[in-house]
Amino acid sequence: MKLIVLAGTPGSGKTSVLLHAIKALVSLGNSPAVVKIDCLWTDDDQRFQRLGIPVQVGLAKDMCPDHFTIYNTEDMLKWAETQGADILLNETAGLCLRCAPYPDNCLAVCVIDVTTGPNTPLKVGPLLTTADVVVMTKGDVVSQAEREVFRERVLDVNPACSIVEANGLTGKGSFELAELIRASSDTGIEMKLRYNPPLAICSLCTGEMRVARKHHMGVLRSLDGSMEYRGE
Amino acid sequence: MRDVTTLTILGGVNKEGIPECIDRIEVNKGEIIGIVGPTGSGKSTLIDDIEQLARGDTSSGRHILINGEVPDSSIRVDPRLKLVAQLSQKMHFLADMTVEDFLVMHARSRGKGPELVHRVLELANTLTGEPIALHHHLTALSGGQSRSLMTADIAVISDSPVVLIDEIENAGIRKQEALELLACEGKIVVVVTHDPVLALMATRRIVMKNGGMVDVITTSLQEQQVCCKIAEVDNWLLSLRETIRRGDLVEGTV
Ligand SMILES: Nc1ncnc2c1ncn2[C@@H]1O[C@H](COP(=O)(O)OP(=O)(O)OP(=O)(O)O)[C@@H](O)[C@H]1O
Ligand SMILES: Nc1nc2c(ncn2[C@@H]2O[C@H](COP(=O)(O)OP(=O)(O)O)[C@@H](O)[C@H]2O)c(=O)[nH]1
Ligand SMILES: [Mg+2]
Ligand SMILES: [Mg+2]
Ligand SMILES: [Zn+2]
Ligand SMILES: [Zn+2]
Repeated sequence: MKLIVLAGTPGSGKTSVLLHAIKALVSLGNSPAVVKIDCLWTDDDQRFQRLGIPVQVGLAKDMCPDHFTIYNTEDMLKWAETQGADILLNETAGLCLRCAPYPDNCLAVCVIDVTTGPNTPLKVGPLLTTADVVVMTKGDVVSQAEREVFRERVLDVNPACSIVEANGLTGKGSFELAELIRASSDTGIEMKLRYNPPLAICSLCTGEMRVARKHHMGVLRSLDGSMEYRGE
Repeated sequence: MRDVTTLTILGGVNKEGIPECIDRIEVNKGEIIGIVGPTGSGKSTLIDDIEQLARGDTSSGRHILINGEVPDSSIRVDPRLKLVAQLSQKMHFLADMTVEDFLVMHARSRGKGPELVHRVLELANTLTGEPIALHHHLTALSGGQSRSLMTADIAVISDSPVVLIDEIENAGIRKQEALELLACEGKIVVVVTHDPVLALMATRRIVMKNGGMVDVITTSLQEQQVCCKIAEVDNWLLSLRETIRRGDLVEGTV
């Protein structure tokens, strides 16, 4: 079983790109299954279902969607196994830029929208810097020079990645992505994360709702960037 | 830079999925070829196919060959190896950067040094009215200024053996000068245009309809003569436009 984790900010084109990649994978003889993780609601499952492949949705509700993804990775793989799939495609919610839900033994794909401008690759963090494949979408909306500058910025922060210039509307790039997926190695049993999720928790994480500073405990960071531990 | 002697377009299908009437066109080094057709007929789609060096993976199903062969994947994507420069129909930049930062980055992406930046700016300012400065933000440039900068950027930084130009006449910049800048000797130049002078300056023109290539017309001797005549009228119109732009009166110049 291959595990493909697709992350990227909402609206960056993850589902659109995946839909085309799935068609390419099926035409090449693979049996992909999809799990879509979101926070509160999604209709992506209906878009995937039209392709006639196994689809499941997980809603993280009040848990960090990336933590939810990590916690449920084993279950997702088991489910894909029962569906007779050889590739599990996992579209994440992609809201938290601090977490990157990529295990080591997966193909980590970051989908990024070129129209957000060439400074975006500097802001995205581990989601982009620890990815194996970076899919640049919506290149049809900008000039060739802007696409090239964007690409350069992506390589600045992640020099080893493979870049695919894709179009979620026309399907451009889907065969290249499908080839990269097919060439990736199978997942292992003892997977480890590539990047630490946020190290510390604070009283807000456990339900504190009052704003004043005196109510907060844990490892906390001030506006000036300094960190302190407050509590017992 | 690798030499490109021929660019081949292998036809795909039109918007209805019916095979194109023209199934193969070869364009040779040194040639300017036009693309004409009504709005929405697929002109930009055709040059996008060339920019991507399509291999049956775009909506038209076309294939593009370089020197008669399927080009290597690295040539398709790595800007340092790219053979194609494209001036698209876009009238604005979306990148939130200064002109200088952008040009420095773009030069780097094409494997070139930052010393080219001043030449780009100088050239851009010969095409536009109000000058562009290095500290200006790209997103604040006017349509004409943006197009001038895109044009100069392609002439200097993206300098490639194949040049694609989409409706250069629409930007209010000096179109013939812009075309001369881009279409220098020894290149393959593809020009999408609605402008009779530009269309007749090409040696041949591809006619588009309903998403497909339906005809290729060779510019006849008679058409070349017509072109000279229209060019005169065109230059006259341009000079009147400049006069009006300056805020002068056109009385007496006729
Ligand atoms: N061969 C094709 N197959 C499928 N769709 C196509 C094909 N050619 C063009 N189209 C679609 O038709 C639409 C219009 O095409 P395009 O923008 O290339 O037209 P154009 O000739 O450049 O128009 P304009 O003169 O307004 O710039 C686009 O949505 C494009 O995707
Ligand atoms: N112009 C353009 N639009 C795109 C492209 N890819 C996706 N979109 C559009 O972007 C929007 C969000 O896409 P979606 O796949 O739902 O993004 P997701 O939230 O990351 O899954 C949709 O309206 C798509 O049609 C692209 O390459 N070009
Ligand atoms: Mg989605
Ligand atoms: Mg067009
Ligand atoms: Zn998180
Ligand atoms: Zn917390």
